[in-house]
Amino acid sequence: MLLREVDYAKPSSVAEALALLAGNDGARALAGGQTLLNVMKARAASPDMLVDLDGLDELKGVELSADGTLTIGAMTTYAEILDSAEARARPILGEVCAQIADVQVRNRGTIGGNLCSNDPTNHLPPLMAAIGARMTIAGARGERTVAAGEFFLGVYMTAAGPGELLTRITVPPGRHDGFAAVTLGVDGTCIVNAAASLDGSFRVAVGCVDAVPVVVEAESTGAVRAAVHGAGLDPPSDVHASREYRLHLAEVLAERAALQAEGRS
Amino acid sequence: MDVAVTINGTLYERDVEPRKLLIHFLRDDLDLTGSHIGCDTGNCGACSVIVDGKLVKSCMLLAVQANGSTVETVEGLAEGDELNALQQAFSDHHALQCGYCTPGMLMSATALLRTHPSPTDGQIRKALQGNICRCTGYWNIFEAVKAASR
Repeated sequence: MLLREVDYAKPSSVAEALALLAGNDGARALAGGQTLLNVMKARAASPDMLVDLDGLDELKGVELSADGTLTIGAMTTYAEILDSAEARARPILGEVCAQIADVQVRNRGTIGGNLCSNDPTNHLPPLMAAIGARMTIAGARGERTVAAGEFFLGVYMTAAGPGELLTRITVPPGRHDGFAAVTLGVDGTCIVNAAASLDGSFRVAVGCVDAVPVVVEAESTGAVRAAVHGAGLDPPSDVHASREYRLHLAEVLAERAALQAEGRS
Repeated sequence: MDVAVTINGTLYERDVEPRKLLIHFLRDDLDLTGSHIGCDTGNCGACSVIVDGKLVKSCMLLAVQANGSTVETVEGLAEGDELNALQQAFSDHHALQCGYCTPGMLMSATALLRTHPSPTDGQIRKALQGNICRCTGYWNIFEAVKAASR
């Protein structure tokens, strides 16, 4: 398919990328392109300039610090997370990345692209919300780091605004995590998904039911369904699932994710 | 923009519009029509090629993004006039009917067998997940990849 005409730049530093994004109103950051190029084909977005982040090695890779904290560069691909020995410190990361689409998409798609596109059906926004990840955003005024609740603002909208870049994701140590989804075909688009993390109590984040992941807390697995039920969800109906079915799935999947988290040794 | 890509061992240098997808660069500019366009939306995998050792869908990559890369396409698989072992296995096991998906299937299987020369059944299935076939029901493709593994 022929895309609308677009300029292309491949900066060699984050500073240069930020200057390009800030200096061109129609500029968009291009990460792995596994969402953005399709969006451009559909003319749902028509940027005037693509700022390709692929040359920025400072945004790639997974680091594990002595206290177990993981720092993941925003341009790290799903496949790189799957293959990373360091990322296994928080096993759920690789387990969920292995469920995203297919080999080809996992080889190109990035954690930063998944989070910044913030499609409500994406896997990683609820996972990051459940495990307490923090997102670091660079802009003209320097860096700031925000929690998931402040990062995911709306459908396709995050705290990384125009002229800014998500640079890295910080994941605290932990192992008691779970993820469950009902998808369109194996590893397909999520109809509803849920991530859970047990750290004293459960934090469960449900995806696909609102513009941003819906986070609920529960003291035990037995209390998860009631907590989701009490969250007052109002998911949309579409060709794949009715509102009522999504409400049902939200409770079931939240409980499954919590049971998986609890079962982890 | 000037783009230089090494494809199946040959260096190609062309002036390419940034909006051009890699699959169109291969097919329209270089006449390498082995890679197919099925859906153009990243679903079907008929355009799968290997870029710098990684399997990708060439409709989900701009040609300019491949600048400086090494690309392998289905045209590079045969050994002279002889089919390679994987291609021969596809023929032997009747793993293609219309053949439209075959270039992508072959590249996905090639990528798998490089990293997993003796894949499990599950690994074969997972490796072909990004490739859609409307004819075979997948079974003979699975059998061909299994036969080509060690």
